[in-house]
Amino acid sequence: MHPAPSVILFTVLSGAGFGFLAFLGAGLVGASGWAAFGLWFLGYALAVGGLLASVFHLGNPRRATRAFSQWRTSWLSREAWASVATLTLLAPVALSDWLGFDWPRSWGLLAAALCLATIGTTSMIYAQLKTVPRWHHWITPVSFAVFALSGGAILSGDGRWAAAMLVALGFVLPALWQIGDGRFAAAGVGIGSATGLGAIGKVTVFEQPHTAPNYLMREMIYVVGRKHVLRLRVLAYGLAVLAPLLVVLVLPGGAARVALAALLHLTGALAARWLFFAQAEHVVGLYYGQR
Amino acid sequence: MTCLPAHTDKKLGLAIDLDTCVGCQACVTACKGWNDQGYGAPLSDQNPYGANPSGTFLNRVHSYQVAPDEGAVQTIAFPRSCLHCDDAPCVTVCPTGASYKRAADGIVLVNEDACIGCGLCAWACPYGARELDAAAGVMKKCTLCVDRIYNENLPEEDRVPACVRSCPTGARHFGDFADPESNVSRLSRERGGVALMPEMGTAPTNRYLPPRRKDTLAAPPLVPLGDFKATGLAGWLDRMLGGR
Amino acid sequence: MNQPSIATSPAVSDEMRQTTCYMCACRCGINVHLKSGRVSYIEGNRNHPVNRGVLCAKGASGIMQVTAPSRLRNPLRRVGPRGSGAFEEISWDEALNLAVSWMKPLRETAPEKLAFFTGRDQSQALTSWWAQAFGTPNYAAHGGFCSVNMAAGGIYTIGGAFWEFGQPDWERTKLFVLFGVAEDHDSNPIKIGLGKLKSRGARVVGVNPIRSGYNAIADDWFGITPGTDGLLILALVHCLFEAGKIDLDYLARFTNAPLLLDATEGPGKGLFLRNADGAPLVIDRKSGAPAPWNGQGVEPDLGATWQGARTVFQHMAERYLSPEYAPEAVADRCGIAAGRIRALAAELARVAFDEAIEIAQPWTDFRGVRHQKMPGRPVSFHAMRGISAHSNGFQTARALHLLQIILGAVETPGGYRLKPPYPKPAEAHPVPHFMAEPGKPLGGPHLGYVRSPEQLALKPDGTPARIDKAFSWENPLSAHGLMHMVIANAHAGDPYRIDTLFLYMANMAWNSSMNTARVMEMLTDTGADGEYVIPRIIYSDAYASEMVAYADLILPDTTYLERHDCISLLDRPISEPDAAGDSIRWPVIEPDRDVRGFQSVLLDLGARLALPGMVAEDGSPKYRDYADYIVNHQRRPGVGSLIGWRGADGTKEGRGEPNPDQLARYIENGSFYQAHIPEEAQFYKPWNAAYQDWAVKIGLYDTPQPYLFALWSEPLRRFQLAAEGHGAAQPPEHLRAQLQLAMDPLPIWYAPFGEAEAAEYPVHALTQRPMDMYHSWGSQNAWLRQIRGRNFLYLPTKIWAAQGFCEGDYARVTSPNGAILVPVAHMPALNENTVWTWNAIGKRKAAWALDDAASEAKEGFLLNHLISELQTEQTDGHRRTNSDPVTGQAAWFDLRVRIERVGPRDHAEPAFPPLPRVVPKGRTRA
Repeated sequence: MHPAPSVILFTVLSGAGFGFLAFLGAGLVGASGWAAFGLWFLGYALAVGGLLASVFHLGNPRRATRAFSQWRTSWLSREAWASVATLTLLAPVALSDWLGFDWPRSWGLLAAALCLATIGTTSMIYAQLKTVPRWHHWITPVSFAVFALSGGAILSGDGRWAAAMLVALGFVLPALWQIGDGRFAAAGVGIGSATGLGAIGKVTVFEQPHTAPNYLMREMIYVVGRKHVLRLRVLAYGLAVLAPLLVVLVLPGGAARVALAALLHLTGALAARWLFFAQAEHVVGLYYGQR
Repeated sequence: MTCLPAHTDKKLGLAIDLDTCVGCQACVTACKGWNDQGYGAPLSDQNPYGANPSGTFLNRVHSYQVAPDEGAVQTIAFPRSCLHCDDAPCVTVCPTGASYKRAADGIVLVNEDACIGCGLCAWACPYGARELDAAAGVMKKCTLCVDRIYNENLPEEDRVPACVRSCPTGARHFGDFADPESNVSRLSRERGGVALMPEMGTAPTNRYLPPRRKDTLAAPPLVPLGDFKATGLAGWLDRMLGGR
Repeated sequence: MNQPSIATSPAVSDEMRQTTCYMCACRCGINVHLKSGRVSYIEGNRNHPVNRGVLCAKGASGIMQVTAPSRLRNPLRRVGPRGSGAFEEISWDEALNLAVSWMKPLRETAPEKLAFFTGRDQSQALTSWWAQAFGTPNYAAHGGFCSVNMAAGGIYTIGGAFWEFGQPDWERTKLFVLFGVAEDHDSNPIKIGLGKLKSRGARVVGVNPIRSGYNAIADDWFGITPGTDGLLILALVHCLFEAGKIDLDYLARFTNAPLLLDATEGPGKGLFLRNADGAPLVIDRKSGAPAPWNGQGVEPDLGATWQGARTVFQHMAERYLSPEYAPEAVADRCGIAAGRIRALAAELARVAFDEAIEIAQPWTDFRGVRHQKMPGRPVSFHAMRGISAHSNGFQTARALHLLQIILGAVETPGGYRLKPPYPKPAEAHPVPHFMAEPGKPLGGPHLGYVRSPEQLALKPDGTPARIDKAFSWENPLSAHGLMHMVIANAHAGDPYRIDTLFLYMANMAWNSSMNTARVMEMLTDTGADGEYVIPRIIYSDAYASEMVAYADLILPDTTYLERHDCISLLDRPISEPDAAGDSIRWPVIEPDRDVRGFQSVLLDLGARLALPGMVAEDGSPKYRDYADYIVNHQRRPGVGSLIGWRGADGTKEGRGEPNPDQLARYIENGSFYQAHIPEEAQFYKPWNAAYQDWAVKIGLYDTPQPYLFALWSEPLRRFQLAAEGHGAAQPPEHLRAQLQLAMDPLPIWYAPFGEAEAAEYPVHALTQRPMDMYHSWGSQNAWLRQIRGRNFLYLPTKIWAAQGFCEGDYARVTSPNGAILVPVAHMPALNENTVWTWNAIGKRKAAWALDDAASEAKEGFLLNHLISELQTEQTDGHRRTNSDPVTGQAAWFDLRVRIERVGPRDHAEPAFPPLPRVVPKGRTRA
């Protein structure tokens, strides 16, 4: 799948944003006044910024509001509702933290749960797709959630939570790769069943239907950079997991530690998400003899 | 609207005969020509005379080589377009309701006025049936020529998809798969029509009629009139023309 | 459910106009839809006899051809060095006056100095007539480098040919055997026919080194070695003779198999014994005595001998029963196992004889014999350039017709059926006219069917009279000329120099020439005097092809929707086996540029030159334009371009005075007309009295012309006799052996050119024309070029694996003529000693209004660079064309190469510098 920057930014930033907002909503950060305002602003900025980035992926962004209409079947539509609902529900919590209203935290806990649900809807956009076997697995929502919570925990400044989530990510990320690598084969599809010609014998491509590139090949048969996969995985693991973990464990608490760990982690998360797309093979590639 | 209809009165679709298709690409440009000026936005072409031309087509013809366990490798042309699935995942993923399956005839269609061009339906389709038009920013797909098949401005016999009308070998058949006595149902039954990628659970309507068995010629050799070496030309002529 | 309501009955267009497609030689009927005066959609015309509503990829994207940015816009005159692209726009008056100022002096002094050759050959009736009026012998269309072997092989044998001049009886045939690449002609009718066979479950057999296209759907594929089709066919003939599976009755009645051959040593040996009236003789089985072949009630005896003379049939048996044609003897050379050859022969015999059919239709033959039924052999064949483009292609075509004939499967139900004006024997065609006299028209048509050495187009000194050396000893039966030799011969001054080369729509500076790189040099070469060796080049084309850059004067043509044309029975009509048919094109839109239809321009030029027939008595132009000519020109009294709606009131068919309303009637009818053949006359046409009478009635002939299929070709034998030293007309010494071999009166196989180089160049290299492209035309079509914008050289597994080729690799392909570097791909369904690519996908940079970086110009390539127009072995110092020694057919497919892996690259070689642009680079779709 084409690793479109808009979609990578969207999933990473809004993921971290909603993860952080979950920590804020649950009251695990413990800031107040203008400090709270700043943190809440950051959380909202990440979440909303990510959502805005996703709009750039649309062919007709002006009609984006129509995406709210199909919540009964469409995970994308549900995501739209979930993000708006979450951001709306979180507003009083943020106000309370900023202005010291000290409203009941239970409201915040509900909103935090919605943050997780939003992340879930985002992940289900991908996990629902049978056509991309790598994504079509429970590990996809788990990895999205753990990534979001890792980012949120780092931003929360709480070293213990950050360390815990990064350790979890340290297990989930290899699992995502390990499981993902076997998914296409497990899906049981091949050029034989794609063409229905498998009963005759081994099927290979003779001529492509077009020698010029087309949308399908650009969007779904992205094969650039696959040979660098191992190096990119090492890099992503180092940046998303090991380096921030080291920072969290070694450096003294404070804004600098948060900033450094977050920067490292988010860079690693972007690399991991790039791989999430670039390594994902769509079954339509079978028709082109390419994946 | 992105709910799939529980039932469609008809199941319109194509039966494509892979034993007959020569891969001439006629259906590709016939489709492009009709739909460039038909339903919805034109099928644009980017950089049409440049180094990398890229345009929207709703029908593509692949070709494959198939190596049987024994015998010569075969070449098989393979047209690919929307299969108008019963369980169309492209419909249910659509966030806006632009993508829908018509309850009346089962045609999967995009209401372009509602399409935001998110591309998710194309991702959900296993068959590569959808292409996002780069100029219009909306998703394009085979409409089964919905603006032909009911078109009262066309003579009755022309109310078929453009690809079917133009196919020189008659390898493309259009009809109602819900009617067991329709041409397409009958052909599919007789020729063992195949649904593509059943693993995806899409329940496609279109069927592909597989190539017949090839390279089976094995007539017993002819029996010589006699021992030509022994009898020579005269003997042969005698046997050949003797009865005349 | 609440679903959008959509308009399911939109108006298709404001208006629909019916004309004729031009994307290839099919001439399908099309419906051109217009919205606001612009073409909006093109589809096939359901009522049209050629395509019955279907249309190919090219035709269905014709709208992209009409709006292509490569369209020429104005007449242009060269102002800089040739090939530099320095042109100035001039008016039509200036352009035509300039052309006249070049041509008029030539006509008055040496008309042969004008060479007029046309690529598109859909108006030969006019172009040939014009060239005759001018008086130059140097005229032909492109058949010489196309498929003249099929035409000549057919005409000399069955009085018809493959191409589109006949077709299998698609409704009845049960076994169809296709030889070689055939996607290039008559494509929609053949596709429709294949579809009919497939829907009935009839067996299709493909004989082709390459399993693609039609061969991909063949039930059985014979991956033959190129150039050995004739050998395979004669092995099938051998098997059928061996088993006696031959239609003796058919041979005796309808072929020259029972004719007696003179056995006396001397100038008559091998010619037919004739009576005093010159009629060839048979032995009548009823009397046992000699009788003229066409005597009333005569029953010819195949086995007769008379005064030492034997029948053709006995000569055939002697030759084809010979063990040299046994499957076991040919299997290795053909690359087909003997058992498979025998199986195919057995299947042919089984279907022809065990599954014979008949139509209950009485008819009367030319000997006055009444037959109650029309028996048929439901076996049919087709072949085209695949077997044709070899130096043994003529004899291979003859061999295939021989096979059809011994099965009794020509002009019989279920077999191969000819379309009017065929059947028409070689003897009914003209012989070549070539005597150029200053200021005078030629004595008759340039092209024809030579019957004896005396009819060759030779000057009194024995040198060729024509610039292309057609009808010379080198290729005596070159019925379509040798367009591929014109530039090379003119450049070499062999046989002489010319002044003005006048070309119509022929991309001779690129894909239509052998040895392309060298031809480009010839076009710009200058002599010691600094003048161009080919002094003047006038070129007419609608598009900025590679050739345009090499012209001195460009006459821009219209696109096919902006012009009149006629597809005439005088030329290449659109007949069907059951009907004579012709059609027209008419301007369904007006040009938006200063361009003119070439045929109208030609008539204008003719009038300015005051050519006979083109000016009225007062010296004014006789025809306003081509449309006027189509309606009012008469070849013979009452016979003109079109057969429909003749006569002042439009009620006459075939013969009748011109009808001023004729074109309007054609347009009303979808731009075509059909004259239906009576049922009694639909089969056995060469011998069917009812057909002969009908043909005379509609003007195909002036008298009935029954004839026998020529298994033994007397014209060929006459050339062989000359080679043996008989007769006054004697060939040059260096050609005697070649003539002796190639002019065999019975179909024969000999190894094609290139065999001598087999050790060094072991691989056969072929091209095929894709079904979605017409030569170089498709690349300017924005839709088609996305489908096929580059080509690969396809390698068989043997070569692919042996050299460790990988996807993305290039190969160096070397022939005796040079080397190219090209991208490769793997194709297992391919003869193991053959490589191939698609024809004419490669383009010169900046041609056809494409970007310099277009894949066609960067990775696309031509094999033409590897093919010499001359034979490579010139040991005796003679300059010999790389063409069939009988017909001059360009031997494209004799190419042999060597393949070496060079690994990944990003562009093909040779890469020529960009052509100067005569139209701006195309940017958007119009």
